[in-house]
Amino acid sequence: MLRTAGILAAGLAAAFALNLLVANAIPPYPALVINLCGISIILAVSLNVINGLTGQFSLGHAGFMAIGAYVSAYFTTTLRYFDPEAARYISQAPLLDGLWGFPLALMAGGIAAAVAGLVVGIPTLRLKGDYLAIATLGFGEIVTILLANFRQVGGTKGLTSIPGHADTFWIYGAASVCITFSLFFQRSTFGRALIAIRENELAAEVMGIGAARMKVIAFIYGAFFAGIAGGLFAHLMLSISPANFGFMKSVEVVVMLVLGGLGSMTGAVVGAVILTILPEALRDIEREVNLSGLRMALYALILILLMLFRPQGIFGQRELSLKLLRRLVPGRRKESP
Amino acid sequence: MADPVLQLADVNVYYGAVHALRGVSLRVDEGEVVTLIGGNGAGKTTTLATACGLLRPRSGTVTYRGRDLAGVPTHKLVAQGLVMAPEGRGIFPNLTVEENLMLGAYSRRDKAGVAADLRRGFELFPRLAERRKQRGGTLSGGEQQMLSIARALMARPRLLLLDEPSLGLAPLVTQAIFATIDRINKEGVTILLVEQNANMALRHSHRAYVIETGEIQFSGPSAELRTDPRVKAAYLGEG
Repeated sequence: MLRTAGILAAGLAAAFALNLLVANAIPPYPALVINLCGISIILAVSLNVINGLTGQFSLGHAGFMAIGAYVSAYFTTTLRYFDPEAARYISQAPLLDGLWGFPLALMAGGIAAAVAGLVVGIPTLRLKGDYLAIATLGFGEIVTILLANFRQVGGTKGLTSIPGHADTFWIYGAASVCITFSLFFQRSTFGRALIAIRENELAAEVMGIGAARMKVIAFIYGAFFAGIAGGLFAHLMLSISPANFGFMKSVEVVVMLVLGGLGSMTGAVVGAVILTILPEALRDIEREVNLSGLRMALYALILILLMLFRPQGIFGQRELSLKLLRRLVPGRRKESP
Repeated sequence: MADPVLQLADVNVYYGAVHALRGVSLRVDEGEVVTLIGGNGAGKTTTLATACGLLRPRSGTVTYRGRDLAGVPTHKLVAQGLVMAPEGRGIFPNLTVEENLMLGAYSRRDKAGVAADLRRGFELFPRLAERRKQRGGTLSGGEQQMLSIARALMARPRLLLLDEPSLGLAPLVTQAIFATIDRINKEGVTILLVEQNANMALRHSHRAYVIETGEIQFSGPSAELRTDPRVKAAYLGEG
């Protein structure tokens, strides 16, 4: 418990420091990439609880992200009107203005995604392997198609002029909370039970582990944080459309996990950071040699090479322990890029 | 006569269109070791899975200590003392021996009792104590079998269902496993044992049922069945 509180406090302090650094010393474009890294970390770590710990192959993470993004953005945009006298947008729901407005909107997005996780999880988690992947993929597609057809949320154009509430502190603060909870989860009896389900569902069942219920709980947990990540994404990018949350987004998060090492929280963090920075870094190379399209080819090549030489991912199922971390990078948290 | 610990009455189980168990009836009384012997695909493991609720009979009843088990999920039976030890491959390969054992005590909340039972498990299977920090998947076949049994014991079973404990093991290891089964039974655990190794199973049980193509062919005290010409011809390689 003390250890958990320590990790959380260290994470929040790092988020605060990183925010100061980004706000004062880093140009907008790298700052954006740093923020996107934080959002990727939340997505990857939360999906790791479903795909890595519990071994349930979900391909619908972007769907939950979309729900979180739209619900939270709906709270901060549509529920406001422009007041010419005050010369600014004012919320129709007074609670949503001011200091608590943004976290409340984020929570609403997370809870909406969690409820979706419950509704989707109960029927689909009876499926295994490929079948579950296809069912969750279908869910993700349904979400984006529904959003594209609702005029109230902008149809295919999506929502625009979302207030830019999500700064580095919010993003990395949320990432710290997500990492802390997930690590706590992993070490608890509950986490052991999830791993037991991954290892051998039948044996878990005869040991007294109610696999069906556990899987749904893991799914709800992952969906909640995907919703939070979606909310942060919306308030970072300032506009969202269904195209942001397509099938490729879900695949991207899965690739982050596989790259880092399925089941390892450290791996999820590292995979998220690498796969967010890599396409951006390759952009410069592409410009140098003046060969458009090279970027995606290199991206694919790097992934293929990694899988050839390290199929278990960078970390396998291991974790970077705090002790090792202190020796390697004194005074810094692993999620700081 | 007192209620049997476990009773299957005219149980029919299907896998899709395949009729796997045809009117199976059997009973296990308190303190007994009952064995179910038969060849490959006879329905032994299916009977065991039905007894602990992993499979649902299309007709017939399963009762445990007088309670009908229809609709009771497997994981809820563990706390009531009905525990299955799946055959050796049913361990958690990426968890350590100790973690495997601790998951056996998942339904229990008495920490002191669990710690005592963990020590007892290591005393029963010293090999596991030597390998307590090793991943389950790195153990030999016999050690994995020991782990599966030790893990089931961590749940403090009153009725232990054992699925082919001798599967793929060397004769010496098989003997050690059966010696342990005797010992567990003497300490008060009722056992339903499913085996292909009829010779060993009949030596280490009180009563036996012989199953073929999903039907119980005959049953009786194990000592008698060992001399029964039908058993000798089909399962003991004699006659």
